[in-house]
Order: sequence, then C-alpha cells, then structure tokens
Amino acid sequence: MKPTPADRDTAPQQEPLVDPAGSASRVPLRDRLLFPVLLLVSIGVALLIASLFLEFTGSSTGTVFSAMIRGSVGSASSLVTTVNHMIPLLIVAVGACIAGRAGLINIGLEGQLAFGAMLGAAVGLALPAPGYVAIPVILAASLIGGAIWAAVAAAFKYGRGISEVITTLLLNFVAFEIISFAVNRSWLLQESPGEAAYVALNPQSDRLPDAAQMPFLASGEGFRLQFGIVIAILVAVGAAFAIARLRWGFRLRMFGFNPRAASRFGVRPWVIGGSALLFSGAMAGLAGGVLLSGHVMRIRTGFANNYGWEGLLVGLVAGFRPLYAIPVAFLYGALRAGGGVLAATGVDQALVGIVQALIVIAVTVPSLYMLYRSRQRQARAIRERA
Amino acid sequence: MIQDITIILDSASRLAAPLLFVALGELVAERAGTLNISVEAMMLGSAFGGALGSSVTGSPVLGLLIGMAVGLAVAVMQALLSHRFTINQFVVGLALNILVLGATSFLLASIDMIPLQFGTWSVPVLAEIPLVGQALFEQKPPFFLLYALVPLIWWVLWRSRWGLEIRAAGEDPDSSTVTGIPVNRRRRQAIYLCGVLAGLGGAYLSVGVIGAFTPNMTAGRGFIAIAAVIFGGWTLRGTVLGCLLFAWADALRLALPAIGVTITPQVLISAPYLLALLAMLLFARGKRQPAALGRTFAPGG
Repeated sequence: MKPTPADRDTAPQQEPLVDPAGSASRVPLRDRLLFPVLLLVSIGVALLIASLFLEFTGSSTGTVFSAMIRGSVGSASSLVTTVNHMIPLLIVAVGACIAGRAGLINIGLEGQLAFGAMLGAAVGLALPAPGYVAIPVILAASLIGGAIWAAVAAAFKYGRGISEVITTLLLNFVAFEIISFAVNRSWLLQESPGEAAYVALNPQSDRLPDAAQMPFLASGEGFRLQFGIVIAILVAVGAAFAIARLRWGFRLRMFGFNPRAASRFGVRPWVIGGSALLFSGAMAGLAGGVLLSGHVMRIRTGFANNYGWEGLLVGLVAGFRPLYAIPVAFLYGALRAGGGVLAATGVDQALVGIVQALIVIAVTVPSLYMLYRSRQRQARAIRERA
Repeated sequence: MIQDITIILDSASRLAAPLLFVALGELVAERAGTLNISVEAMMLGSAFGGALGSSVTGSPVLGLLIGMAVGLAVAVMQALLSHRFTINQFVVGLALNILVLGATSFLLASIDMIPLQFGTWSVPVLAEIPLVGQALFEQKPPFFLLYALVPLIWWVLWRSRWGLEIRAAGEDPDSSTVTGIPVNRRRRQAIYLCGVLAGLGGAYLSVGVIGAFTPNMTAGRGFIAIAAVIFGGWTLRGTVLGCLLFAWADALRLALPAIGVTITPQVLISAPYLLALLAMLLFARGKRQPAALGRTFAPGG
C-alpha cells in the first residue's frame, strides 16, 4: 500500500503506522507456548465441572467417563456411531463457517435444516424413482429448501436492513410450526393411516421409499457407516478451498473483516452477504437431506434434533474454519454417541449437554485471553514510544 | 359467552405474567446493546431454582428469591464472558442455553423434590369487576409486582441518569465512551437486571403458575419474550402490548378446542414470531433496533 501524504507527514519513513513497533507480528515465545497449555487447562476445568455435577449427584465420574469413551471411540461399532453423528454436525458447521467468515451470525441453522428436510421429504414422497435419481433429487431439494429459508432472512437484511441475527432466530420457530402444520394435514405430509403399524411419538410423514435411502459405505456386526460422511468431508474441503482460493472467498473474507472497506473495493454487500447467507442455509438444508436420506427417512416434528444448534457450536469452536470443523465435529459426534450409552450407567443423558456447552466456553476463553494479551502488548508498545 | 371470555382473559394474564417479567428484563438488556438470547437459560434455570428452593426451604417466597438468584448467576456468566472477555454474545448465549438445559434436566433426574406453589390473592371489590376483574386482580402474589415494575422500568430507562447511559451504550458505544460512560460496565449491569427479572419470570412459572418443574419447561418462552421486545419496537409500551398479545394467542390456543372453535394451532403458536417479523418490516427506519444491538464493544480494539 502506498503511504498517503498524511502518513508521510506524521510517521517517520522507516516505521509504518499499521504495526506499532512490529509488536503484533512478533508474538513472544512465552505467549505462543502459553496458548496450548491454557487450552488444555481450560478443557480440564470444563471436565472437572462436569465431574463435580456427577459427584454431587452421587455417580462415579470414572464409570461414567469410561462408559462415554467406550460408547464413542471404544470399538469399531461405536466409532461408526460417532462418525454417523458427526455427519450432519459437520455439514451444518460448514454452513456456519461460510456465514461466519462474512461476519454474519446465522442462528437459524436448526430451522433451515428442518425446512430443507421437509422439502426433501415432500419431493422424495412425490417422486417414485430409482435410487440414483431419487437420492440426488432429495438432497438437491433439501439444499434448496435450506437456501430458501435463509433467503427470507437475507431479503429482510438487504431489503429492509433488519439484522440477520433477529430474523434467523425468529424464523427457526416459524419453520418448526410449518413442519408441524404439514405433518398434521392429510392433504400435505401426514402419515397415511394404513401404514402406521405403531403409534408414533411425534406426528410424522410417510416413510420414504426404500430406493431413496443412501447406500452404506460399510456395514458389519452392529454398525452401518453412512455414505453421508463422504458428502460431509467433500463439503468441508470444498468450502475451505472456496474460502481460501476463489475470488468469491476472498471477497467473503474481506467483507467479513471490514464491510465498509470491502464495499470501497467494489464488493456489493447484498451479493456477498446474501450469497453467504444462502450458502450457509443451503448447507444446513443439505445436512437435513443427508439425515433424511441417510437413516431417518421421514420428516417429523423435532426432526432437527438440535443438530443445527450444535453444528453452529462446532463452527464457532472451529473459529469458522471448515477444515478445523472436521475434528471438532468428530468430538461433538463422540459426545453424542457417548451420551447414547449413558442410560446404561443410570446417569441422565442431559450430562452430554453440560459437557458440550462447557467445552465451547473452555475453547473460546483461551483464544480471547491471548487476544487480550496482544492488545495489552500493543498498548504498552504505543505507550513506550510516546 | 361472558364466562368463556372471563376464563380466557384470566388464563391469558396468567400466561402473560412470566413473559412480562422476562421481557422487561430483556428490554433493558437490548437497550444497552445486548441481544440477550440467554434469557431462555435465565428463565429455565430460575424455574428450576424456584422449584428446588421452595421444596428445600418449604416457602414459595424463598423459592422465588432463590430462582431470582439463579437468574442472576446465569446473567453474571453471560455478562462476564460477553462484556468483559468480549466473547461473541451469541456464542455465550447459545452455550448457556445448552448448559442450563442440560444442567436442569440432569439435576432433575437425580434430585427428588416437592415444589410448592403460591396461593391465590384476590383484591376485594376490584376482583368482582366483570370480565377483567379476575384476570387483573385475582392472581398469585408475585403477579401484583408487575403493577409496580412496569412504571419503575419506564422511570429507570427513560428518566434516570443510569437509564440514559444504558440507552447511549446501546445506541452509540464509541461516543458514549468519549462522554465518559463505562459502556461495558453499563451493559453488564443491564444484563444483571435482566437476569433478576428473567429469574422472577422463570420462578413465577414454576412456583407461581404450575407448581412443578419439568425438563425444558420454559419451552422457548424466553425467545417469545425476545420476540415481544422486537414486536414492541424496543419501547416499553410496545413490549407490554406484545406480551399481552402473545399470551392472549396462547390462551386462545388452549381454550378454543373446549369452546368448539377451530383455529389452526400452528398459526397461533407461531403468531409471536410472525408478528415480530411483520412488525420489523413495517417499522419506519428510526423506530428500529438500538443501533449497536448485538455488537461487541472492545474499547481501543
């Protein structure tokens, strides 16, 4: 960047203004070592709090944690369960990353996931076709459904200037009620009375034809690895590439860092912000489609099952980087899988929620502390020069 | 017919009270610039705290106070993490919502408790007024706090120095700092107040209206309170109106099948969110949200 005349007047030639005494780029070694230590300590504290909950209610921490580890990574079949839980979390997290990189907070992923899956189910039920047609069509319909629901929020934001946080939050609940409406109307998606062999807990739609179920990657004694994991990894890698290498991704990041500067460079807010919201919703919808065609096979109230909220947390913990989201999604999938076996130990499954939330806070605090330290360092450098 | 209306109004005002407590708190927090989605956590936590407190101490009043303390505790976490460590407030809110949902369900499964309930108070003479008498003057005791709280919040937000600073912090944190307002401290204080009020609302739900605690018993009522604040265009009058309207829709949903009228329940359930969205669409630009709503403020950062 060329120095402007103002810069030349105030700053000596050798010292650029942007970097006070070069302190921001030169992070002291002590700080660089401090971060992983802090992270470990912080996660340790989170697990300690969770175990306090356990001890307080009279359960043994050791038994519970070892059961959770056995249920999530202890054997081939539990590992597959973890990966199966990880699929929707990762795809949703990629959506959260895309919006997050553009500086937008999409907290409507849960609703977009459900709305997408509803559209996917509607198309899948109306279309009696062989699997190689039905499955891509269902996935595409779900993806479009999620994008449509996010587009409502985008229209509010770029048409009327209403914060996407508010609209995406409110639209969640509207989506749930639309699904509830659809599965309670015989002329829409309600389960036909003849087929119900049992009384369903929640109102739901008919089961999709068997042809619409995605094939399994591998199956064995007590486990079936879903094909969705391939889609999830592809989506994560693709998004990482798009954000890092494509012109669209560059504009997205620039817009996220500083929207005003970005629009000076010719980035139109409604194009980049709008497309970020749409892609983000599309990913949530795709996650719904993968869930639908992977094993749920019907749309029902409560379909989203918190995958949307937790996927958002995964994206946040990963710092909105799609590739980092892969291990984080694995961790959250493991927590879900581990929670599934908790019933056997007599401990309520709600423990999983506690651990999940504490880990989010545990992972966020150290990086903020580092930011705080680097600010302090800069301030000190400025003071010393003055 | 008149009896039906009396019953619906009574049930509406019973449903409106917890919403109003929470929405008054949320209004203060949002005016200070925090779109505090952890009200749901504050409300749920305090509903649990109220039920447990009343069961342990044997007094619904103490239960209510313990519930408020739990609301405040959640608020302290939210405020410290989002306005001292400047973690994104939605991250904190989301995490707290999941944390409190998990913690309350978990503790409920492992603790036996017998929550108590407030008795009903009836104001003599006034409770005899046809139609609205029962709804307005024959309620559980904490309900009557609302008559004092609504004017008090108005005075605090629009007539006190503190309220002016709160609104300034939510509108333009940079200028506020230059004027000497400690923006993040004011925001934290607003969240504390929100926590206490949301705690009152949550505990009122468990100790006042229902007399029990069930997992996830608030079931998104905190979000309805947020919708009420949005619907009300961040004014006190609008927020109160929103709460009454949403409670009325809820009461209708519960009462209509008994009367034999059919309105699609899904329409009534989603009414708060749809109306809030519609209100946002119709507002003039100036009446919209506080300008710095939802933005983290890091001085000199």
